[in-house]
Amino acid sequence: MNLIVNDNGFSKDDWNGGFSALNDARPDVGIDLATSSDPGELQGRLDDISIIRVIFPNFSDGRGFTIARCLRLMGYNGRLRAAGHVIADQYAMARRAGFDEIEIAGAIAERQPEADWRFRANWREHDYQSRLRGRIPF
Amino acid sequence: MTGKFTPKVVTANALREGDVVYMKANDDWTRDLGEAELLTEEGYAKLRLLMAEGQPEYVVGPYLADVADGENGPRPIHFREAFRSAGPSNYFHGKQAGLN
Amino acid sequence: MYNYNDFDAKFVAERNRQFRRQVERRISGNLSEEEFKPLRLMNGLYLQLHAYMLRVAIPYGTLNSRQMRQLANIAERWDKGYGHFTTRQNIQFNWPKLRDVPDMLDALAEVDMHAIQTSGNTIRNVTADHFAGAAADEIADPRPVAELLRQWSTDHPEFQFLPRKFKIAVSGSPNDRAVIRAHDIGIGIVKRDGRIGYCIIAGGGLGRTPMIGKVISEFVTQENLLPYVEAVVSVWNLLGRRDNKYKSRIKITVHEHGIEKIRSLVEERFELLRRTYSGIDIKLFEEITAAFSPPEFQKVSAGEFELAYKSDPVFESWADTNLAKHRAEGYAIAQISLKAHGQTPGDATSDQMRAMADMAEEYGNDELRISHEQNVVLPHVRKSDLPAIHSILKKHGLATANIGLASDIIACPGMDYCALATARSIPVAQDISNLLKNLEDEIGELKIKISGCINACGHHHLGHIGILGLDRAGVENYQITLGGDATQNTALGRRTGPGFSHDKIVPAVERLILTYLELRENSGETFIEAYRRLGMEPFKSALYDRVHAHAAE
Repeated sequence: MNLIVNDNGFSKDDWNGGFSALNDARPDVGIDLATSSDPGELQGRLDDISIIRVIFPNFSDGRGFTIARCLRLMGYNGRLRAAGHVIADQYAMARRAGFDEIEIAGAIAERQPEADWRFRANWREHDYQSRLRGRIPF
Repeated sequence: MTGKFTPKVVTANALREGDVVYMKANDDWTRDLGEAELLTEEGYAKLRLLMAEGQPEYVVGPYLADVADGENGPRPIHFREAFRSAGPSNYFHGKQAGLN
Repeated sequence: MYNYNDFDAKFVAERNRQFRRQVERRISGNLSEEEFKPLRLMNGLYLQLHAYMLRVAIPYGTLNSRQMRQLANIAERWDKGYGHFTTRQNIQFNWPKLRDVPDMLDALAEVDMHAIQTSGNTIRNVTADHFAGAAADEIADPRPVAELLRQWSTDHPEFQFLPRKFKIAVSGSPNDRAVIRAHDIGIGIVKRDGRIGYCIIAGGGLGRTPMIGKVISEFVTQENLLPYVEAVVSVWNLLGRRDNKYKSRIKITVHEHGIEKIRSLVEERFELLRRTYSGIDIKLFEEITAAFSPPEFQKVSAGEFELAYKSDPVFESWADTNLAKHRAEGYAIAQISLKAHGQTPGDATSDQMRAMADMAEEYGNDELRISHEQNVVLPHVRKSDLPAIHSILKKHGLATANIGLASDIIACPGMDYCALATARSIPVAQDISNLLKNLEDEIGELKIKISGCINACGHHHLGHIGILGLDRAGVENYQITLGGDATQNTALGRRTGPGFSHDKIVPAVERLILTYLELRENSGETFIEAYRRLGMEPFKSALYDRVHAHAAE
């Protein structure tokens, strides 16, 4: 059973609409994006999407962060989730890049308990990006 | 080229200190190559490497290194392993200056 | 120079707090080595051949006496009493223990220093001309923009897990001393219609596939600089290859897609990104620039300098090689060689670091610089103080008069320390330096650069004579390249032919130099000029023809 992480710690997934790949997108179903996707392909379709889930095949694949950022810059205001192999040390980056939450498997949660993620819940602080821009980028 | 198996030792770096270490026959780790277990059979060498890989709390990056059997136990064949077992050549630092 | 404000200090403290916890989690087994490795690398910690190695950033090569003293203390307390200055304006400690590293980082933070992003697949320590703010030929001091980029790149959420490392260098002078064409992004400060702007060069790099960077934009204004650079890195982050680490650097992305395609993608991304900047970065940049405002230069007589120059031949020789022209009258830029003959290039002991700190405080506006050529610079000294400085340097083994000469060799740590190396570099540099000690004044300007593996940390492609150490069937083997150039006329050296074994490489270099001395038109023609005039042939013949080879041995 996967867990959802946000600033308050762990919770159960409250999204019941399921996910489908981009090419068989249906209304009220979330979109799964691979980190190899071009976020530009979603141009013009973002208003109809309630949730996008970017799947990290490995925590060292940093494309997901730029994808999140591009989606936000393109005007996406819906729910944005990182899933797959993401580690607690990446929580702040994920939030700053535009993700709302992380979905992790039980095995990750076992080694990286809630306290490790909560440790980075202060992601709004100590952030050069918001300082250089005079605001949080989104 | 097939043929005779070049003897090996299991070597790695110690997680806490970073030192070069070698696996002994009794499963302990030593900083002295001469005390390492000489592995002369391929299947057994692979098994010993697997055992080392199961100890990430002690060592980082274990691998099998080629050695020759010498009077004082295993000795390096390749120059890289010679430096690892002794220390740098510009200063008298590392293992050559005494095991820590 | 720039001092940390409250924000910087709190950021570094918070970062160190995170790293301390990461070390504990690794030791307790909750972080795997696979997960810990990128985290320790982005905090400057490698695991090398014999030990951990901590690489500390010296942003744009600038530090003050207090910082230099703290480096000396760290070397004594947690290392073996010395540090190694690198080609990217960092200092490396070769023998720390994992558990001590968080304490070392706290000690660095006490003096506004850190090891953040000195390694890993991140934007690395931003480097700059080591003569910044002092050089006579400068359009503008490159350090304010380098500091702005340091802040922008630090912990940038998109860019902590890039396809590969990403290096940025800034030059404020048309005479490039920061090798900007061999960086992922090189930034040259330019002036157009009286306005300062930035020429952006992308896709340069050395390593396995050396490339000279290409101009991606000729003029980027101050307001557009951060979003433009951000667009370049962002485009590469999605486009750069992650299937093959030898093809992941931006130089390959630019090569595979072409600079025009990359430029148009960057411009598209730039349009999205510029809106996220409100202009606050300009105010910050102005504050940073003010912090770098030059000291007040006084008019002082150079009489003492002239006297010593005429009466002391050792001082004369040092002054001739180790001084560079300062922008202010009566001042000089004094370069301290860390290339004593037969010693390890770039190494300084704690005592030497303290001596340099003392001199900076007493004579040098409290400033020190580290050059990419692995030397130390006192950027602002009165010429009249140079005799006193020289006599202190002599006491500490720091008065070697060889800047720009044959023994001023760049060498990476090589297989004496580095886990990636395929051969040693340091002993080759030591032997060449000993061999040429008495001949180098006659030889004149000569850049020898040595790398112990294909990754080219020793910039061998850019050496007038480049040496690359490889492992050929279990034996150290050294290839020679000729004709490289690290200046604004960047050129990659050409390989002469087959390599030489460890005991044959130094005699081979000697044959090259004897050939040059024999064939040069006059003593004013440098090695690189002679090579450009004569071509490869006479040098190749000296290296490989039996007659020459035997005569020289």
